[in-house]
Amino acid sequence: MAESTSATATVGAAPAGRSRRRSRRDVNTLPLLAPSVIVLLLWMIVPLGLTLWFSFQRYNLVVPTIRGFAGFENYEFLLTDPALWTAMVNTLLLVGGVLVITVVLGTLLAVLFDQDFFGCGFARLFAIAPFFVMPTVSALIWKNMLMHPVNGLFAWITKGLGLGPIDWFADLPLTSIVIIVAWQWTPFALLILLTAIQSLDHEQKEAARMDGAGPLAMFWFIILPHLGRAIAVVVMIETIFFLTIFAEIFVTTSGGPGLASTNLAFLIYMRALLEFDVGGASAGGVIAIILANIVAIFLIRAVAKNLDA
Amino acid sequence: MRREFLITTAAAIAVGAAPVMAETVTIATVNNGDMIVMQKLSSSFEEQHPDIELEWVVLEENMLRQRVTTDIATQGGQFDVMTIGTYEVPIWAAEGWLEPIEGLPEGYDVEDVLKPVREGLSYEGTLYAVPFYAESSMLFYRSDLFKEAGIEVPEQPTWQDVRAWAEQLHDPDNELYGICLRGKPGWGENMAFVTTLVNTFGGQWFNNEWEPRIDSEPWQEAVGFYVDLLGNYGPPGASSNGFNENLALFSTGKCAMWVDATVAAGMLFNPAQSQVADKLGFAQAPVDQHPKGSNWLWSWALGIPATSDAKDAAKTFVIWATSKDYIELVGESEGWVAVPPGTRTSTYERAEYEEAAPFAGFVLKAIETADPVDTTAEPKPYSGVQYAGIPEFQAIGTQVGQMIAAALTGQMPVEQALAAAQRSTARTMQQAGYPK
Repeated sequence: MAESTSATATVGAAPAGRSRRRSRRDVNTLPLLAPSVIVLLLWMIVPLGLTLWFSFQRYNLVVPTIRGFAGFENYEFLLTDPALWTAMVNTLLLVGGVLVITVVLGTLLAVLFDQDFFGCGFARLFAIAPFFVMPTVSALIWKNMLMHPVNGLFAWITKGLGLGPIDWFADLPLTSIVIIVAWQWTPFALLILLTAIQSLDHEQKEAARMDGAGPLAMFWFIILPHLGRAIAVVVMIETIFFLTIFAEIFVTTSGGPGLASTNLAFLIYMRALLEFDVGGASAGGVIAIILANIVAIFLIRAVAKNLDA
Repeated sequence: MRREFLITTAAAIAVGAAPVMAETVTIATVNNGDMIVMQKLSSSFEEQHPDIELEWVVLEENMLRQRVTTDIATQGGQFDVMTIGTYEVPIWAAEGWLEPIEGLPEGYDVEDVLKPVREGLSYEGTLYAVPFYAESSMLFYRSDLFKEAGIEVPEQPTWQDVRAWAEQLHDPDNELYGICLRGKPGWGENMAFVTTLVNTFGGQWFNNEWEPRIDSEPWQEAVGFYVDLLGNYGPPGASSNGFNENLALFSTGKCAMWVDATVAAGMLFNPAQSQVADKLGFAQAPVDQHPKGSNWLWSWALGIPATSDAKDAAKTFVIWATSKDYIELVGESEGWVAVPPGTRTSTYERAEYEEAAPFAGFVLKAIETADPVDTTAEPKPYSGVQYAGIPEFQAIGTQVGQMIAAALTGQMPVEQALAAAQRSTARTMQQAGYPK
């Protein structure tokens, strides 16, 4: 839209002699745009509208006799539920923890894989591979083959070292999930950051080296500033996905023990499909939308500032 | 090649379409050993009924519950046969969601079905689902280890006995754990066991005014006992063990004791599935102060949703799968120890079964003595041994199960977990409009 207006504006400023071409160019594009805009709008509005509608209804699947308008009861019930606040804190810890790990590891690995070494093509391929494993599959592998206190590899190692086995999902549930998700998403950060590093001008590096910059100085003053935008993009995309982590929790801890690894997405799932409370789950969904939008506002502002610079 | 394929396919379709179109019956079932056998043997049903085609959806217990409950509550009509239990049947029948099972053929002999099971699957005197198998709970132990340690197990052990034995036999360095119990959260998982424990410690879910009693003294004692017992003498990772995980642990010789469903007996006694088949002992589910409600009653049954579009074909199938002939078929092809237990008196009267399954009389007694009404020390308003038969219980049991699991792993002290469970249950009950 903005583009077409500016195009018209330029044409409008053109000399009067070209007025015939102007009228031909000044086609009303609205009918052409309308179908896609309407479809996109419906795509967004219908589910949102239904969620809002259900969030004001008293609607539990297993108790069909109690139906009707509930007012703000669902919201009141949810907002006074201590589980909601636990879930919110868990969501933020999960997003924050995985972001820090993936960005730091991704940057370091990107610098490493940028080097030319024997078989670097294969090494890059293998380093990126975890990203292509389905979340449920990787969660199952971590659960049964690595972190299992009896059969797992980690238990075997710690037992070999004379320490007892760690029952990961019982003792450190949220940490375990952070580790699994970080394992999956570090390759994503690596992929984006590696391409960004490769776009770094060789002459600039050479000039820095001639000025006597060591490897650390190169990293701090040349590579890291160059990666700024790419990191901002990684943070934004990852945050969007991490707010809705579900499969890893579902497969490994089911949100437990207690509520120790329940995030907002899992809480809504519990309300909707374990307790069949459609009204309460919709209210949770609306709260999740609001939360995501708050995060998005901060994030987009930060990223936009970074991109302008 | 491709063209030939198309022609043959077209021909096959033409030939297939000539007689009456086969009716498709979609069956949702749980991934237990007995159900897998049913799926395997169903080809013989399809041979007898060429006009019925069976389609299977086999799911893990919690997933199955979600799928069938959502389907039936939203009138989805996705399934023609659903595997449901004694909890669902009366509630769903009251909503009119299930087809009554009436007009059973002569040879079916409905009087042969054990009375507590039949009553559990009825609503106002009408049968709404037919039992595939039924179970109670009991204590399994390793007779070789007990003999070595010089322990005599009485027919009715107490929980204090069990604790002492677990302490004596617990040997984690050699991967032998004193006791295995359910720890995986879920109303049909850890709460089934914990509820029986609470019953026998003298507690209950609700009092007659429908007020939750989860923070009461018997709950504190029972859950404290459970956390102490399983935490100190259980396997690592106990909080994620359900029935199947414990079955794997016990059958590979890693547990000295296990209290769980009687249906496990058939699997543990089967040398093809178990390494401890020849050193297995059993006793009644342990009790504490209150002698009742220590063994649960559950039946996996086949029901037909009112939304099914192939009700007659579905009925033909459920009758076949729960008939005497089916039990005979399993006995012949899989061995008598593997027949679905707990449903029919005639099964327990068979000499072949008696011989193959020395636990048979024992299981029968456990099922016959499990009474869903009279389980608690003080009167209660709900029916069900290991659950409360109200629609809200799924939500409540799931929440409380999570809290108990948190207490088991030490995430929070027992008292705090029960206080949180009490609070969330009170909220759910209040929202549902209790007391009614």
